[in-house]
Amino acid sequence: MTDKELRVSKIRDGTVIDHVTAGQALNVLAILGIDGSGGESVSIGMNVPSDKVGQKDVVKVEGRELSQSEVDVLIIRDFDVVEKNRVERTDTVRGILVCPNHNCITNADEPIRTEFEVLSDGVRCAYCDTIIREGDVAEHIDARGSGETAL
Amino acid sequence: MLQDHLISAAHLSRDDIEAVLDHAAAVDADPELVRDRHDGRVLALCFFEPSTRTKMSFESAMKRLGGETIDMGSVESSSVKKGESLADTVRVIEGYADAIVLRHPSEGSAKLASEFVDVPLVNAGDGAGQHPSQTLLDLYTIRENAGLDDITVGIMGDLKYGRTVHSLAHALTNFDVRQHFVSPESLRLPRNVRYDLHEAGAKVREHTDLDAVLPDLDVLYVTRIQRERFPEEREYREVAGEYRIDNATLADAAGDLTVMHPLPRVDEIAPEVDETTRAKYFEQAHNGVPVRMALLDRLLGGAQ
Repeated sequence: MTDKELRVSKIRDGTVIDHVTAGQALNVLAILGIDGSGGESVSIGMNVPSDKVGQKDVVKVEGRELSQSEVDVLIIRDFDVVEKNRVERTDTVRGILVCPNHNCITNADEPIRTEFEVLSDGVRCAYCDTIIREGDVAEHIDARGSGETAL
Repeated sequence: MLQDHLISAAHLSRDDIEAVLDHAAAVDADPELVRDRHDGRVLALCFFEPSTRTKMSFESAMKRLGGETIDMGSVESSSVKKGESLADTVRVIEGYADAIVLRHPSEGSAKLASEFVDVPLVNAGDGAGQHPSQTLLDLYTIRENAGLDDITVGIMGDLKYGRTVHSLAHALTNFDVRQHFVSPESLRLPRNVRYDLHEAGAKVREHTDLDAVLPDLDVLYVTRIQRERFPEEREYREVAGEYRIDNATLADAAGDLTVMHPLPRVDEIAPEVDETTRAKYFEQAHNGVPVRMALLDRLLGGAQ
């Protein structure tokens, strides 16, 4: 078994999310609402060397085929890649992030989901215009929520 | 174009603004033009925060158009006190009125409310967010006194929390205006407004001191620095004192400087300035009626 295989094992059926920004794998799982309670095998590789991007994270979910949304999503059946989707950045993120502005109406008890416009270097609340810089976005993920942009 | 609702000045194009201002000028010159045009129509005033000028000028504007107003009253006496959501409140009120004017303490409240109603909704202030109808009357006043192109505007005071400032800064990017922002470091423009001004390619500079920029200004827009923005009284007094103007402060200003203030003022502008030809803040407040008449006329479908 090679060193590479030891880091992140192959899966028979399921989904591989590749080229996740290094260090963000756990946030990807949080956004997907995957916490192990569903019984599926989940493998995570963090800060894995990558020829393309230097370092990356990889998430592998056994026995579950997720629909496409972000980064590279590979659907695996019987160890073969049967579908590979390179996914573009979305324009809008709904229901995943919490607005850091405590006085934003989305933090009141109203029947709406949060909505953020995606900027080149961050996101912006569609309600109060508060901007979250790209490096700070992960801090504002709503652990309870799953939104439209989820896989 | 002007949408069904007026939520943010950032949504207004130059054409939208000029159409409202032109219509307001026509109404101002001849109120008979629109008298009774909206006879039998009802405007709902939903103010979750205190207001004098904005509320009364909308009320006056609607009545001068021949319409009626209904008032939610104070929050203390309304169903909001029982814990009703804003979404439910406006959904109920839209059944009583042909348009809604909303002031609410939370940023984004007007956008939320507009998503739950089909009648036109005007944002009359959402927390520290926007106050676009104030901006229209500010622009009207600037146009009347200094024109709206090739001018230099100074905006001074609480730029962080001042919703009139945020709306005005956005709207001025539609015109050939050099914008100077003067404030203490702790109350500078919020990141999202600076981002928008940058994206719009606006000519913007920020200062902590009025003196250096004052002689270049055609318009000086003064706003109130509020005590509650500072942790200590002493700090507030020191800072606020640096951003007050009187005739001595204005000695180096252009003779035809237009001094504006959204009001209410506390002591940002000394009363002695009121007696000078530079003082336009009461004229500015009075312009609220024709401008809001023009705005309501458009939103209610009376003017194109």
